[in-house]
Amino acid sequence: MSNLRWKVITVVAVTVIFSAVGVYPLIAQRYGINSPSWLMDKALKLGLDLKGGVHLVLRVQTDDALRLTTQQDLERLREALKTRSIVVGNMDAPDTVHFTVQGVPPAQDAAFREAATEVAANFDRSAGTNGTYTFTMRPNVQINLRAESVVQARQTIERRVNELGVTEPSIAQQGTSGDQILVQLPGVTDVNRAKEIIRSTGLLELKIVEQGPSAKDALLVNGQVPQGMDIVPGLTGTPGDAGTVYYLVKKAAAVTGTDLRNARPSVDENNQPAVAFTLSNEGGNKFGRVTSENIGRQLAIILDGRVQSAPRIESRIQSEGRITGSFTTEEVQNLALILRSGALSASLTYLEERTIGPSLGADSIRSGVIASLVGLLLVIAFMLIYYKLSGVNAVVALVLNLVILLGLMAYIGAVMTLPGIAGFVLTMGMGVDSNVLIFERIKEELEAGRGVRASINAGFSRVFWTLVDTHTAALISAAFLFQFGTGPIRGFAVTLFVGLVSNLFTSTFVSKTLFELALAPRHQVATLSI
Amino acid sequence: MHIFKDTHFDFLRWRWHAIALSTLIIVAGVATIATKGLNKGVEFAGGTVIIEKFDQPVSVQQVRGALEKTFGQDIAIQEYGDPSLRQVMIRVPQVGAEAGASLGTTADAIEAALKQANLGAFTRQATEIVGPAVGRELTTKGIWATVLSLAGILAYISFRFQLSFAMGAVVATVHDLLVTFAFLAFFGYDLTLNVIAALLTITGFSTNDTIVIFDRVRENLRSMRRDSLDSVINVAINQTLGRTIITSGTALLSALALFFFGGDVLHGFAFTMVVGIITGTYSTVFIAAAIVSFWRGSTTRAAAHAPASTSAPAPQQPQRKQKPQKKVRAS
Repeated sequence: MSNLRWKVITVVAVTVIFSAVGVYPLIAQRYGINSPSWLMDKALKLGLDLKGGVHLVLRVQTDDALRLTTQQDLERLREALKTRSIVVGNMDAPDTVHFTVQGVPPAQDAAFREAATEVAANFDRSAGTNGTYTFTMRPNVQINLRAESVVQARQTIERRVNELGVTEPSIAQQGTSGDQILVQLPGVTDVNRAKEIIRSTGLLELKIVEQGPSAKDALLVNGQVPQGMDIVPGLTGTPGDAGTVYYLVKKAAAVTGTDLRNARPSVDENNQPAVAFTLSNEGGNKFGRVTSENIGRQLAIILDGRVQSAPRIESRIQSEGRITGSFTTEEVQNLALILRSGALSASLTYLEERTIGPSLGADSIRSGVIASLVGLLLVIAFMLIYYKLSGVNAVVALVLNLVILLGLMAYIGAVMTLPGIAGFVLTMGMGVDSNVLIFERIKEELEAGRGVRASINAGFSRVFWTLVDTHTAALISAAFLFQFGTGPIRGFAVTLFVGLVSNLFTSTFVSKTLFELALAPRHQVATLSI
Repeated sequence: MHIFKDTHFDFLRWRWHAIALSTLIIVAGVATIATKGLNKGVEFAGGTVIIEKFDQPVSVQQVRGALEKTFGQDIAIQEYGDPSLRQVMIRVPQVGAEAGASLGTTADAIEAALKQANLGAFTRQATEIVGPAVGRELTTKGIWATVLSLAGILAYISFRFQLSFAMGAVVATVHDLLVTFAFLAFFGYDLTLNVIAALLTITGFSTNDTIVIFDRVRENLRSMRRDSLDSVINVAINQTLGRTIITSGTALLSALALFFFGGDVLHGFAFTMVVGIITGTYSTVFIAAAIVSFWRGSTTRAAAHAPASTSAPAPQQPQRKQKPQKKVRAS
């Protein structure tokens, strides 16, 4: 008897706790009842497909990060050779992970090696004929750089999204090669702004202009881009168009976005929107040296590979500067935000893009809820007709199962998606399976002439291991479904998983307790309504 | 109340008919997929889906006419949701290049074409733009998830029962997947992520049914030591028949509720579930047990078959209290 009392207390406690966590916040939310925040914070969250919002999958072009490092190290070596007065021939980076140096004079070979070891430690060096050296980025460095560039991209996107002020954004790495980033922005309506801000590389480079603006061909020397130089298109037109102007600029940047300490919207001398920036100490020193050496020449302000403007350097600039161009006020705000959050060392490409309007999500919720209710009513009706009074027992177990499911999902912070609602409906349908299995077994035992209590005990104990087996098999597939899925499908897998676990509890423990409770007052039980 | 009371159907006698029927459906399905191809959803095939809400009523034909010139014949236009919402779902196979931000350019191009056709004002409700890379990755992942979940179930059942039972369950599950694919092809449903989720769920729940019967077979193997394996299996299927029909029935009720009331997004999902539940029940009764019977077939039980006579090996004391975690011995 006291055993039964504890069982009943457990069942009641479970019901109350999970109702409080899972069901009450939803009702309070729906009808605007004021409730303590510690309870409401746990309320089941809706997924993007129900709430509306933006779902983006981007790929980090990790090759960019390798290329950047290769070129930086090449330039650093060039500088190092200059300071050591080692004169070499052509220096070039033919692809993302190699660079070559030609014509190292034999007399200075040892000095060259020393410089190379010091500067290009990330590269394996192999010597060819005539003083040619090929530098190959070490494989482990490549792997690290790729991984870092993805992490860095994720962090940068996080900072940008936070500056956008999105509530509860989700930014995660995914994909088999680990170079994809999933960005979910619930409730965002201005899709294009979000996309622009997330994706923009935000790579700011200030470079000294050698020649230009002019047509592309005019900048070439013997049909080639001169050594250590780059040709960068200006702002007007798309690259390749007839009207586009080009600038011939030094390959090595005077300063880049990483040298920035801050960036903010501002105006230029003509009261046009511009972005003012402050350089870090180190960047300021570098910039001061370059600007003082190049007074009277043009400085190209290059953002994501396009020259925004190319003002003339009037005097030495130490730490403050301004990016001018033809910007709108909003563009200036976006640009300042992007520069503040830091540049991406690798560019991003969209692989997938979903937007769901809030009204569409509301429609989905309505259909999902209607389907759930219809399913629930059908199942309840069937159980009551087929199992009579024992059916009540099954229905209680079923409803409690749903309550636990809601509560557990809210507690673990799972997200309710449309397939998740489908998971709910299926959990109901499949959930009664365990009850049916037990009831059918009880019937069999009764027909075999056993007493009511013995039949019930036998029914539950014989079926228990079958239930463990069936639930484990289903859990195995739910686990792989979770592994496979993205977004909404994960929601479905989680619902299924949690539903299976709670079902095992309700169909065995709760249902049995209810039987015992119903039979307890009677000493002699002759019949069972089943 | 009983749906089936004390039945004695000889299910195994019909196994050849069942296998013939299944083969027919699967072959027809393969043929349909080979000729028509399986409609891949945008998640797998890549492409652009856009849902527009029009201010004035427009017909599917009007929208199609507006877009066909630019996007070709291979576009799908359908009403989305309640007709009074005037929502149209447009799917075209094109996507912008998978470079930079140009993935979304096709969606803009669709809207430009709609504007030109003077169909009145419209607002974008939703977009789904998937580049080819995602589809390739998803296909690989989907296949792996299915294979691994089957392997997991195979391992679990071999551990809890024995290999022949595990083979029966897995063959029955693969059968269910193939039959469901065939029906998806017959009815021209798109293979979407949701449909894949339903397929993976079916693998779990088809096994569920099968395990219940196997569990009974295992129990009966102990109590019916004189009977042939086939009759043990038949008795087990008959004993659990009521339960099989009822649980499939309730699951089917839920799936049907989703099918009719769950809205457009869940339609393919619900259809897959409905087909899966029906074929799952069928394969549990007719296929899974037949495989076990084939697998163990003539050899293992031969001794026990021997007509009940005094020469039968001295039976061990039957275990009264069963412990299912113990493997069943074949003889």
